Amino acid sequence: MRRAACSIQAGSSETGSDMSESVRFRFNVDGSNFTTAGQASVQVKKNLRELGIPADAIRRVSIAMYEGEINMVIHAHGGEAEVIVFEDRIEIILSDRGPGIPNIELAMKEGYSTAPDNIRSLGFGAGMGLPNMKRYTDDMKIETELGKGTTITMTVRF
Amino acid sequence: MKISDIKTLLDAEVVCGEENLDHDVYSACGSDMMSDVLAYVKDQAVLLTGLVNSQVIRTAEMMDMVCIVFVRSKKPTEDMIELARESGIVLMNTEKRMYEACGLLYTSGLVGNGVRHE
Ligand SMILES: Nc1ncnc2c1ncn2[C@@H]1O[C@H](COP(=O)(O)OP(=O)(O)O)[C@@H](O)[C@H]1O
Ligand SMILES: [Mg+2]
Repeated sequence: MRRAACSIQAGSSETGSDMSESVRFRFNVDGSNFTTAGQASVQVKKNLRELGIPADAIRRVSIAMYEGEINMVIHAHGGEAEVIVFEDRIEIILSDRGPGIPNIELAMKEGYSTAPDNIRSLGFGAGMGLPNMKRYTDDMKIETELGKGTTITMTVRF
Repeated sequence: MKISDIKTLLDAEVVCGEENLDHDVYSACGSDMMSDVLAYVKDQAVLLTGLVNSQVIRTAEMMDMVCIVFVRSKKPTEDMIELARESGIVLMNTEKRMYEACGLLYTSGLVGNGVRHE
């Protein structure tokens, strides 16, 4: 079975003011295969456990990332996921070159979904993904441009 | 109750995770929509579902669930069994339908406990 491609880097954070050590995980999310969607999130969960991150924070990160990863596959032909572990927080950056989100406010509404019926028969497309991501994280930012893609940045503090 | 009690109550067949049947569980949820499952996080240890694909296993893994019951005799695939083994999740299937399976467990003390993360 194929594993999610993952590269791990340790180094200083790039945000100038924050000089604390950080660990990064990067993944390519294959947009052509619904069956493997979520592999990156499973791997992140394992990595965070090994780093000794508190269980509640791990759960929030992995659920939010999993929903985002599924979205990249069903709405945006895949993309890239990056997880950065700081001393007091975890940042998740999901970027794709999909169609973009025309109306963020609408997309954030519980139950709103443009997913086709075949996706619903696979257990997703209930329009709960973005609301779940928002509720599980302390901070969520959506940058999107129609026809160019979407980048979602989420922060979980612990 | 223990996972082994679920097996007995639902007259279920264990597919994998036999070694974890002794695990205590207190609450469960039943759904075919994975995002609904992901919306409620109050240590629900058991997932009952009629959906059969890898995302069911990953959803349970994300939620730290320890047991998945497939209703209506649905059989998980080899890929799913491998994923479940890696995470130590017990898989079982029962001939019973969702409503009956949930009812049997609920009346035997396995509560819903669905508290939404706000
Ligand atoms: N990465 C993305 N690229 C383009 N559109 C997206 C993306 N993520 C979400 N959307 C849009 O936002 C809607 C709501 O997303 P979500 O709440 O996860 O529900 P669902 O995935 O069940 O449709 C989606 O139906 C889709 O139209
Ligand atoms: Mg979604």
